[in-house]
Amino acid sequence: MKLKILHLYPKEMNLYGDHGNILTLVKRCEWRGIRAEVIAHEPGEPIPNDVDIIFGGGGQDSNQNTIEDDLRKIAPKLKELVEADVPTLVVCGLYQLFGAYFQTAEGHKIDGINILDLYTVAGKNRLIGNVVIDTEDFGEIVGYENHSGLTRLGQNVKPLGTISKGYGNNGDDELEGARYHNCIGTYLHGPILPKNPRLADYLIAKALERQAGKPIKLEHLNDTAENRAHKVAATRPQ
Amino acid sequence: MKKTSIILGKTVQKLTRLRGNGGSALPGLIIERRDPNFVHDILGKLPHGVVVVSGTNGKTTTTKMVAELFEAQGLKVFTNNTGSNFVRGVISAILKNIKVSGKFDYDIAVLELDEAHAVKFSEVAPIDYALLLNVQRDQLDRFGEIDHTADCLQKVAKVAKKAVILNREDPRVGKIEAKNTVFFGLSDELIGEFPSDDDLLTAHKTKSSTKPALVKLEKLNAKATFSIGKDEYTTPLKVKGIYNAFNAAGALALIKTVLPDSDNAKLIDSLASIESAFGRGETFTINGIEVELLLVKNPSAFQLSLASFVDKDHDCMIAINDAIADGRDVSWLWNVDFKGLSHVKVTSGTRATDMALRLKYDEVETGAVVEDLKAAIAKLTRDKERPKRIFATYTAMLEIRKIISGKSIL
Repeated sequence: MKLKILHLYPKEMNLYGDHGNILTLVKRCEWRGIRAEVIAHEPGEPIPNDVDIIFGGGGQDSNQNTIEDDLRKIAPKLKELVEADVPTLVVCGLYQLFGAYFQTAEGHKIDGINILDLYTVAGKNRLIGNVVIDTEDFGEIVGYENHSGLTRLGQNVKPLGTISKGYGNNGDDELEGARYHNCIGTYLHGPILPKNPRLADYLIAKALERQAGKPIKLEHLNDTAENRAHKVAATRPQ
Repeated sequence: MKKTSIILGKTVQKLTRLRGNGGSALPGLIIERRDPNFVHDILGKLPHGVVVVSGTNGKTTTTKMVAELFEAQGLKVFTNNTGSNFVRGVISAILKNIKVSGKFDYDIAVLELDEAHAVKFSEVAPIDYALLLNVQRDQLDRFGEIDHTADCLQKVAKVAKKAVILNREDPRVGKIEAKNTVFFGLSDELIGEFPSDDDLLTAHKTKSSTKPALVKLEKLNAKATFSIGKDEYTTPLKVKGIYNAFNAAGALALIKTVLPDSDNAKLIDSLASIESAFGRGETFTINGIEVELLLVKNPSAFQLSLASFVDKDHDCMIAINDAIADGRDVSWLWNVDFKGLSHVKVTSGTRATDMALRLKYDEVETGAVVEDLKAAIAKLTRDKERPKRIFATYTAMLEIRKIISGKSIL
C-alpha cells in the first residue's frame, strides 16, 4: 500500500507548524506499514493525477500573494480532486482561499478558488487563542487560532464543529471550519493533526478506501501520548 | 524638566521597592507622562551616543558582549541589564543610576530592545548606532508576523544617526537600508550550519552573502576564528554555541565602527573572557553534577541550540511553558527538527505533553513526562553519571533558575 500526499506550497505556506500535519500523516501511515510519499507543490509545477491526500496551510501575507496566481491555475484540478472525494485538509490561509473570496479591510475583494462554499471578510481584531470544538465524526478537537478574517459558511458546506472554547470561523455563530465531500477546512493550528489523531486517521482511511473501493479498518495505534497532549491542550485558558 | 522628574522618579522607585513590588514599570510610567523628553535629554548628552541592539535571537548575550567590550576599552557604559527591555525599563534604569544633581556619568549607552519596543524607543530618544542581529519567528501571537518584525528594524535603522551594523547573512536584515551600513558575516564554511528562518526545514545555504563584511566568523571548532578587515584572530570563547560566536562578530563590528582605532588583539582578548547572559547557556552545579540551562524561545534558536550543543554525553530535559512570554501557541515546536537527539530523559512545563508528542513523531525516546518543573529537575538529577542539559522556554527558564539557585529541590 502506498499513499501520495500532496503538500501545497510547503515553502510559502508554513507559518504555524503546518509541517507537523504532514509529519503526522506520514508517521501514522508508516507505523501501519503503509508507504507515504510527500509531493511538495511549488508554484509553476503541475498537479499529478494520482494524488491520495491533499494538504495546505497558512502563510504570512507577503507569501500568500506569491502563491495566488499559481493557486488559480491549479484550481480546476484541485476542484476535480475534491469533487472526486480525495481527502483534503486546508488550514487558515488556504482555508480562506478555498472559499469564494476574501474581502480586505479596505473593501478590496481577493478571489478565492470556489471549492468551499464560504467567504471571508477582514475583521477589526485578530482572533487569537486556544480552541476546543465538538464534532460529529471526530469527537472533541483542540487547536490554536490566530486570524483576523471572519468566515461565513454557505449552504453547500457543513461546519467542522461547534465551538466550546475560542472564536472559530467568525466569533459569533459558534461554528468552526467547513466540510465538503472529504475536504476539511479549518482555522486550527496546533498543528491540528498530532493532537487530534482521529482526524488524521480519517484522512488516511478515506484515501485507502478510495484506492480499495471498499470500507477500510485501520490498524489500531497506541495513542497515549496523543491523548494526553489533547487533554492538556483542552484545559489551557483561551 | 528634569531635577523634579529625577527626584519624583527616584522617590516612586523607592516606594515601590519598599512595598516589595520589584517591577520597574511604575516610575517609568510616571516619568513618561510627566516629562516626555526625559530620555532624550539625558541620553542625548552622552559623548559616544546611544547604541541599540535588536533582533529576535541573542540580544541579551550580545548586549552584554558589547557593553563589556566597551568597558574593556575604558568607557563607562550605561546598559539596561535588568532584562526589562522597553522604554519604561530604560527610564527606570536611568533613574537608578542618575545623581539627584542630574549628573549622569557615562560615556555611552548600550541598550537591548526588542523589535517593537526599539521603534517606540526611537520615537523618544536619539539612536546613534544600531546592531541588528536577525529576524526570526518569535511569539507570533505578540508581534504579528515576521515581515512586520523586519519593518520594525527598518524603522530603527532609518533613524540611526551614525551607523547601522547588519547581519549580512539574514535575508531580511541584510537588505535593511540606512545612511551608513556596516556588515558582519560568516564564512562559506559556516553558512550551512546556520539556517535562516526560511530554510529551517528546507535545504541550507552553501554560500555566504557577497556584501563586504567588516568582521566575519571564519571558523569555529574548540576555538573561534574571526577576521577583522584583512587580519585573522583565533581565540577560545566562554560563550557557547555557534550563534553566540556569530553575534560576537556583530559585537566586534560595532565596536570597530564606534572606536575605529581600538586595538584588535586587545578586543579579542576581552571577548574571550565574556560569559553568557543569565539563562543563556549558564552552568550550575547541583549535588556535584553539572547542569547547563539553555533558553529556547523560537524554532531557529531551538534548532541552533540543538546543533550547537547536542552530544551523547548529556542527559537532556526539555521544558515548554505556554505563558504569553513563551508564546501561547506551541505549534512552533513542529518547526524544529529533533531527530538529532537520541534520548530525552524528561519533558516538563505546562506543555510537557506537547513536547513528548512532538518527540514521538521524530521517533526520539522520552523517559518521562513531568509537568512540574521541580519534580522534573529532581528526576533529571537523580543519577550523577552524566552532566545534564536543560532546554527551556522563557518563563520555564526563569522558574528553573529560581529552583536551581534556591536549591529548593534538595
